[in-house]
Amino acid sequence: MSTALADPQLTEQPNYLNSEYGWKSWLFTKDHKRIAILYLISITVMFMIGGIFALLIRLELLTPEGDMVNSDTYNKFFTMHGVVMVFFFLIPSIPATLGNFFVPMMIGAKDLAFPRINLLSWYIYIAGAAFALAAIVMGGVDTGWTFYTPFSSTYSNTFVITAAVGVFIAGFSSILTGLNFIVTIHKMRAPGMTWGRLPLFVWANYATSLIQVLGTPVVAITLALVALERAFHIGIFDPAIGGDPILFQHMFWFYSHPAVYIMILPGMGVISELVTCFSRKGIFGYSFIAGSSLGIAIIGFLVWGHHMFVTGMSMYASLYFSFLTMLVAVPSAIKVFNWTATMFRGSISYDTPMLYAFGFIGLFTIGGLTGLFLGTLGIDVHVTDTYFVVAHFHYVMVGGMVLAYMGGVHFWWPKMTGKLYPEGWAKFSALLVFAGFNATFFPQFIAGYLGQPRRYHAYAPEFQVYNVMSTAGATILGLGYLIPLIYLTWSLRYGKPAGNNPWGAKGLEWETTSPPPTYNFEKTPIVTEEAYAYSHQKEIEVG
Amino acid sequence: MPFLPVAASSIAPEVDHLFWYLSIVSIIMTALIFLTIFIFAVKYRRRSPNEVPKPIHGSLRLEIAWSVIPFLVMLTFFWWGAEIFFANASPPADAMDVYAVGKQWMWKVQYPEGQREINELHVPIGRPVKVTLASEDVIHSFFIPAFRVKHDVVPGRYDTMWFTATKPGRYHLFCAEYCGTEHSGMVGWVTAMNPSDYENWLTSGGSDGSMAQQGEKLFQQMGCSTCHLLDQQGRCPILRGVYGSRVQLSDGRSVIADDAYIRESILNPNAKIVAGFRPDIMPTFQGQISEEGILQLIVYIKSLAIEGTPSAPNGGTTTAGQPSNAFGPNAGKQ
Repeated sequence: MSTALADPQLTEQPNYLNSEYGWKSWLFTKDHKRIAILYLISITVMFMIGGIFALLIRLELLTPEGDMVNSDTYNKFFTMHGVVMVFFFLIPSIPATLGNFFVPMMIGAKDLAFPRINLLSWYIYIAGAAFALAAIVMGGVDTGWTFYTPFSSTYSNTFVITAAVGVFIAGFSSILTGLNFIVTIHKMRAPGMTWGRLPLFVWANYATSLIQVLGTPVVAITLALVALERAFHIGIFDPAIGGDPILFQHMFWFYSHPAVYIMILPGMGVISELVTCFSRKGIFGYSFIAGSSLGIAIIGFLVWGHHMFVTGMSMYASLYFSFLTMLVAVPSAIKVFNWTATMFRGSISYDTPMLYAFGFIGLFTIGGLTGLFLGTLGIDVHVTDTYFVVAHFHYVMVGGMVLAYMGGVHFWWPKMTGKLYPEGWAKFSALLVFAGFNATFFPQFIAGYLGQPRRYHAYAPEFQVYNVMSTAGATILGLGYLIPLIYLTWSLRYGKPAGNNPWGAKGLEWETTSPPPTYNFEKTPIVTEEAYAYSHQKEIEVG
Repeated sequence: MPFLPVAASSIAPEVDHLFWYLSIVSIIMTALIFLTIFIFAVKYRRRSPNEVPKPIHGSLRLEIAWSVIPFLVMLTFFWWGAEIFFANASPPADAMDVYAVGKQWMWKVQYPEGQREINELHVPIGRPVKVTLASEDVIHSFFIPAFRVKHDVVPGRYDTMWFTATKPGRYHLFCAEYCGTEHSGMVGWVTAMNPSDYENWLTSGGSDGSMAQQGEKLFQQMGCSTCHLLDQQGRCPILRGVYGSRVQLSDGRSVIADDAYIRESILNPNAKIVAGFRPDIMPTFQGQISEEGILQLIVYIKSLAIEGTPSAPNGGTTTAGQPSNAFGPNAGKQ
């Protein structure tokens, strides 16, 4: 393996950033690393748009009366928040940025299998995002991100088709990325990089890709059917013209529940990288963590009905979905226990990425356990469609996924840019995110059990105290996101050179220079050891 | 600062007990994981930049233990939750009927005795109440947090839910499924009353006669009575005594004449033709009659008992899944 030593003139080395200049060199690039950066910028923009909607929602909910905006506007706020965050931030977030950048590097490949398709998938994403943004600019959508029929197909007077087309298009981007990853992981591993030596981040992206390829076509078809019914009155979901509204929910959740795992699995992959690196120790139970990703991907396809316990679905179907929901929690629990065990007798450092990993494990545990409340039939009837659900999925999606994403960005930022960020600010904002997140979403569990329904523009006054807490927390959370945006941007110019391996991490991506050269490695690496072989080195080289 | 909702129905304490059980298990689990991470993070903190801990690859025993034990605990959640769910799936036979129609953005409630109200529901305590739910437009959801009950109200079919109120008081009624502009305004109050107060309430205030009488009026107005004669065979089947009975269809199948069947026969008469009758005789009433009107007609038909026999019992059969519901308990029977 190549051993790149610290070089004071790192930034002068030829790398993927300075190999070419000019906008064309970015917009027509086939380099997976540059495409990852394009995605990084795009999803950051989408995250900010989604985040502004979130803050507007929280501002409105500060008082029980619907006094800041009218109901239609509020309904558009939460719809656009959901659509933007789910389809244009969470789903592409880790796979399209960190995955795109590091999956090829971690397996010792010089690019993805289909670099042109990779670029195409970004363009498709941008086209989808353009439709979604057009829907916002033209006047918004008010169906909720779930597009439930017959409201979406017949009753809503907003830009449903435009938004649905946006999501439909973005789906193809997701499918192509998944396909690209699957082929790359199968065919482009470096000599010696056996399946049993794959970093767990790669395993997680592999499992995610399977779901993307198998599940996304279903939601695309479903939304196309909504658009057809809306445009041409073909009776599919609206009972007034012979359709079935519940059919929509089956089709929608058949994708959208597995999509939850599209969002969280890559985050789990990131955590496996962080916990090992900052405990400086091999992962505890490698095959169980890798296998549990596949387990989640498979069982995740069989639990969609737990979103529908109060729709009047057969109680025997409910029984089956409730049981499988318990089953799908097992692989998630396995991961949490194994990460914890990895720290046992480790050498734990508290660098920023590890703080995010601690946060992830804690918040994901709460998110997962409250998911069991919702999978339990007797409790779900009371809490479904209340703020309890809102709190639960934000614990998984934000407390879990977004924290993992932030952790991953902080972990790999030195590799991607060759620069270090200010560690003090980074730790401070990680703490803000953790505190702000809990202040925002924990009170919602209580409001939910009390009965506050979700998607309410105005609410009963007794819920106000919890909503004030939420809004105050959201302010802190917003600040916690803003600070990294500032210091990461700052570090591009003023950050100290990172060196090739600032964390003393294992993994092929750390063996090349920072930022990496265009084709990642000087020569194809040969892999001779398992992943996370921290004990193999006599002395950890830092820098 | 309220922390728990009022428990005002017979199942509310059961749901709360289960909720506490899950909460306590979850708190213990979370505390255990937080504490372990905290202890490890402190105890095994990096003391020198070059230290290299000894590798530990894993332990099959531990993996099995922390897969199987949590799963067994989860099975207790599953079992207890399913028990409550199943025990409350169908209403008891002696439940009193109330009919609620959701439309953008209000709840219209009617009682067999003829009382009607909007965004209000009055119920006696100590007596099971079965609510038959219909929607005029989109999906709504009938949610009474104090009773821990909720059921979606899906257009194109009937759903039912039931509860027994236990404490007099006024409780929130919410629409829990997003239904458009004034979704958060689709709220009302449930008033649980002592039985004697309830009887007083039921007889106070004017009413246009019982639901059955209103249904009878509609039956005349809509011209149903010209073909469905009451006591002799007309062009269409006699409806006396049909409610709750088994009806032979012309294609050899048979169905129980429940709410869902009667509703379908009014809106889509050709869907199921009674044996011995021809299709295309009865016109559809789709779009000509409100959901409330259909409910009145159903109550009227239900009241048409054969002389000397009691009117049809309130079976749980009205929950019948529409043909749409592929997983419905009646799928395949229709």
